[in-house]
Amino acid sequence: MADLTYSHTSSRGSFGKLILRWILYTLLAVFALYYLMPLFVMVTTSLKSLEEIRTGSLIALPREITFDAWKTAWSGACTGIQCEGLQPYFWNSVLLAVPAVALSTLIGALNGYVIAQWQFRGANLIFSLMLFGCFIPFQVVLLPMARLLGMMGLAGSIPGLIFVHVIYGIGFTTLFFRNYYVTIPAELVKAAKVDGANFFRIFWSIFLPLSLPIIVVTVIWQFTQIWNDFLFGVSFSQAGTQPITVALNNIVNSTTGVKEYNVDMAAAIIAALPTLFVYVFAGKYFIRGLTAGSVKG
Amino acid sequence: MAPILDIKNLYKNYGSTEILKEINISIEAGDFLVLVGPSGCGKSTLLNCIAGLEPITGGTLHIDGRDMTHVSPKDRDIAMVFQSYALYPTMSVAKNITFGMKVRGEDAQTQERKLKEVASQLKIEQLLNRRPGQLSGGQRQRVAMGRALVRDPKLFLFDEPLSNLDAKLRVEMRSEIKKLHQSLGASMVYVTHDQIEAMTLATKIVVMKGGVVQQIGTPAEIYNTPANLFVADFMGSPAMNLIPAKVRQNGTGAEIEITRANDAPIVLRDDGASNLPSDVILGLRPEDISEAGFRSGTGVQEAECLVDMVEPAGADTYVVAEIGGKQVTARLHAETTATAGGKLKFAFDLNKVSYFEPASGKRLN
Repeated sequence: MADLTYSHTSSRGSFGKLILRWILYTLLAVFALYYLMPLFVMVTTSLKSLEEIRTGSLIALPREITFDAWKTAWSGACTGIQCEGLQPYFWNSVLLAVPAVALSTLIGALNGYVIAQWQFRGANLIFSLMLFGCFIPFQVVLLPMARLLGMMGLAGSIPGLIFVHVIYGIGFTTLFFRNYYVTIPAELVKAAKVDGANFFRIFWSIFLPLSLPIIVVTVIWQFTQIWNDFLFGVSFSQAGTQPITVALNNIVNSTTGVKEYNVDMAAAIIAALPTLFVYVFAGKYFIRGLTAGSVKG
Repeated sequence: MAPILDIKNLYKNYGSTEILKEINISIEAGDFLVLVGPSGCGKSTLLNCIAGLEPITGGTLHIDGRDMTHVSPKDRDIAMVFQSYALYPTMSVAKNITFGMKVRGEDAQTQERKLKEVASQLKIEQLLNRRPGQLSGGQRQRVAMGRALVRDPKLFLFDEPLSNLDAKLRVEMRSEIKKLHQSLGASMVYVTHDQIEAMTLATKIVVMKGGVVQQIGTPAEIYNTPANLFVADFMGSPAMNLIPAKVRQNGTGAEIEITRANDAPIVLRDDGASNLPSDVILGLRPEDISEAGFRSGTGVQEAECLVDMVEPAGADTYVVAEIGGKQVTARLHAETTATAGGKLKFAFDLNKVSYFEPASGKRLN
């Protein structure tokens, strides 16, 4: 009798569990669809002709796939008076993001190495101040930074933008590397010192080769930040040095006459592709690197 | 000949905290010096000062006659083995061993030759291409030793190198280090908190506590004539029995009376002891208290005591009795008939006795 009751409740329990599972998966699927919907609309719209956009439904699949909008977005769309598409601005962004990411990562690695492994008087204070820098809103520094760039003769240039992004990135990159390097035993530096290696030799031969996971994290983080930045781009650039985010804004906002939704969508996707690309290729290291320090320690 | 390591009046402060106070140590070439003490006694800091990894607040430090007080670690001609081994994780074993030579700019042939020598000496030839992460604890330990050996330094420094190994491996590596010391004839400074390691390895022991040297001496001196209560208690396992006692002078010698809770006091005669104060702490190692009839001689005296506990340990049996308000351990032969709760006649060998002053802990005889 007791056995029967038991099996009865347990079978009801597993049935209940199954239901819950289904509810969970359905909910997840709904949220995933909801999240993907804008991307779906963007991709399909960019592949439609203007005629079809006007007549068809927003979420319908394209009847006829055309890449004309992509071509226009890349090399023919007008940003204000010029009509050369996103192409030149894309390369501006590359010229800006690559050195800025490399420099801020390298400086962050050096800073983190010093703060974590070469304890000096005031190291913690300097680290706290750098962290504080991470939380200063961008808008606050716009005017002083504009003055500074002017005085340095870098106003409106790509090196000027690189400078701004490197300065702004150091807080975060230092934080990443410092937290990674504090988990490395101090005896490693001592052993290398006894072996005769100096400050930079220890960094180069021992710490950098250990740092791949955190370098990947930092590069993804910095690349996303710098590539997607609009505020600094629009504030500190001029015609010819604008990054892709600013150009995208100009394309979308400066159309006269008919609004070319398909071109706007294609341009937006082009502007977002490099960061997507970085995530897809290095994403698994991103997760690993973020947790590496905590697991090891 | 100048001492290989000569530390004079060394002080080390962190801010206003004194970590090391008035350290004076000197060792000859070929000595195996062991710094031993409980954790936090400053022994590792002292080793780091010798290595030059920590700056010295006051005093001087000479290695092989040269003033090294303010010289950087790489120019001290030392090699160091660390507790965590501190192998470079991204380098192969071979690269780990040759890294120092590479940094110092020695040519590739010398590097190769020395690497081969050390690898065969430590029997790690088959590991040379592995990464530290692929090695067992004992193998890592060997590689860390190899990295030190390849330097052929004036002074080897070991910072608790065996404490991360399991018990069996620790004993093996201990005797290997001892063999290495004997075959190389090298000078070594070795830090440990394990007093057995200190006793077995050292030619000279420094016992430290709270940043102050308590005693310097050979293992036998430290063991047989500890300078104070701390050294007496710290060195030796099981620890020395330290029993409060009253002293009555009687012309040539003294009568030492130990009170007991449920029994008549034990009175021991020590004809050699003179000038003892009326209150002392009497120190006897467990092996100097045996079963009556197994040891005889002038200083051996007997007394019957109630046995509280019997702990057979294979080769010996430890018997615990309460004497003078202390749990006193005696080391008896394995076949003893002692039983817990029964009476047993003990023999106290006063030839080996130590007397300490209760207040200061200083040795009196």
